[in-house]
Amino acid sequence: MWRSTIVLKVAMAISGLILVLYLLAHMYGNLKVFAGQEAFDGYSHHLRTMGEPLLPYAGALWIIRVVLLVAVILHIYCAVTLWRRMRLATAGGGGQRYESTKARRGNQRTYASFTMRWGGVVIALFVVYHLLHLTWNTISPGGASGSPYERVVNGFSIWWVVLSYTVALLAVGFHLRHGVWAALASLGANTSQRRRRHLNVLATVVALLITVGFLIPPFAILFGLVG
Amino acid sequence: MNITLRVWRQPDSDAPGKMHTYQVADVSEDMSFLEMLDVLNEQLTIDGEDPIAFDSDCREGICGMCGLVINGLAHGPGKNVTTCQLHMRSFADGDVIDVEPWRAEPFTVIKDLVVDRSSFDRIIQAGGYITAPTGTAPEANSIPVNKADADAAFDAATCIGCGACVAACPNGSASLFMAAKVAHLGLLPQGQPERHSRVLDMVDQHDAEGFGGCTQIGECTAACPKGIQIDLISRMDRDVLSAIAHRK
Repeated sequence: MWRSTIVLKVAMAISGLILVLYLLAHMYGNLKVFAGQEAFDGYSHHLRTMGEPLLPYAGALWIIRVVLLVAVILHIYCAVTLWRRMRLATAGGGGQRYESTKARRGNQRTYASFTMRWGGVVIALFVVYHLLHLTWNTISPGGASGSPYERVVNGFSIWWVVLSYTVALLAVGFHLRHGVWAALASLGANTSQRRRRHLNVLATVVALLITVGFLIPPFAILFGLVG
Repeated sequence: MNITLRVWRQPDSDAPGKMHTYQVADVSEDMSFLEMLDVLNEQLTIDGEDPIAFDSDCREGICGMCGLVINGLAHGPGKNVTTCQLHMRSFADGDVIDVEPWRAEPFTVIKDLVVDRSSFDRIIQAGGYITAPTGTAPEANSIPVNKADADAAFDAATCIGCGACVAACPNGSASLFMAAKVAHLGLLPQGQPERHSRVLDMVDQHDAEGFGGCTQIGECTAACPKGIQIDLISRMDRDVLSAIAHRK
C-alpha cells in the first residue's frame, strides 16, 4: 500500500507544495534587495536569529533546511520510482512508444507536462550551482563577499550569470505550471470539470508569480536599477 | 478514395513484429474504419495472405472490444468515438494511415492488432464489485439515491473497459479505467460497505499488473470514447487517502 503509485504521487505532491511555499518566502526575501544593502543584509541576519532565545542561533534556519532537504529527497525518490514504473509499463517508450510519428505530442499534452522529468533534472542541477554560488560563495563570479547583498549584486552584474538563472527559472516556471495542478489533483482537489479549470488557472498564476518574482532582482541589477 | 495503410503485423506474442504497407482501393467514405479493414482482409484472403487480426464485437461503440492506435492516437482522430464508430470520411483520398495495437507492458500483443486485456479483468476481480445479494430488481424507491449522484455514477459506469486510456497514457497507467469503476460503485449506497477495501485492492492489483502511475496529463480523458473525466482520478485519490486514514 505504501509503495502504491497513488501514495507515491501524494508524497510527491506534499513535498512539492512544501517547496513551492519555500519558494514564495525566498522570493519575498529576494525582493528586499530593492530596500538597500542594510535591509537585505539585516533580513539575512534575521533569518539566523529568528526564534531566539527559544531556539539557538540559526536554529530556525536549520529546521527549515532539514525540512527542505527531506522534501527534496522524498520528491526525487518518488519521481525516480514512478519514472522507472513508467519505463517498465511502456517498454521504455513513454509517450513516444508508437511507430507512428504523426501524434508525437498526443492529443492535448502541454509542453509543461512532458518536460516535467527533464525539467526536474535541470532544476536539481541548478540548485547545486545556486548553493555553490550564493549560499556558500564557492563560485563567486564578480567577486566573493561576506555581505549577501554584495554577493547578489556582484553576481547579477554579469550577463551570463543572469542568463543561467533565467534559464533555470523558466524551467522552474514550466515545472510549476504542471506540477502545482498535478499536485493538487493528486491530493484530491480536482472535484469537477469547473474545478479542473480553476486549478489550472491557479497553477499558471503561481508559476508566473514565482518566475517573474525571482527574475525581477537579477534583471534590475543587470540594468543598474539597484543600489 | 484510395488509402495506404501501414499496419503492425506480428504472428504471435513471442515473435517480433513490424509495420507492413497495404494499398486499399475504392474505399467509401461511409465505411467505418473496421469495415475498411474487412475489405482489406477479403483482398488478403483472396491473395492467399494471412488476414490482419483485430478485435471487434458490437460495432456500435458499447462493447469495448475494438481499439486501435490510428496515426498515433488511441481510437484515432475524433472525440468520444471508438474505432468502430470512426468513419473513413475522417480521412482524405491518398492518406497514409498508421495502424497499431494498444501498447503497454500489461497488454501483451496476441497477434497483429489484438492485445490481451485480462489485466483489466483481474483489477475488477480485486475489488470492482459489490457483495450485496442480487436477485430480482429491488423496489426502485427502497434505497434513495439523489439525482446528482445517480447521474455521476452513470457517467462513470459508461466506461466500456476498452483500454484506450492506457494506450494514450505516456506513463502506461490504467488510472482512468480504475477511477471510473471506483467512482461508479463508490457513488452509490450499495457500494459503500466495500468502498475502502475496494480502492486499495484495485490499486494494488493495478500496480502488480505493471501499469504506470498517473501524472495528471489528461491524455486518457482526451482519448476516452465515453468522455470519462479526469476528476474521477482525483476522486479515487481521495478514496485512497480516506481508506488509509480509516484503515483497521
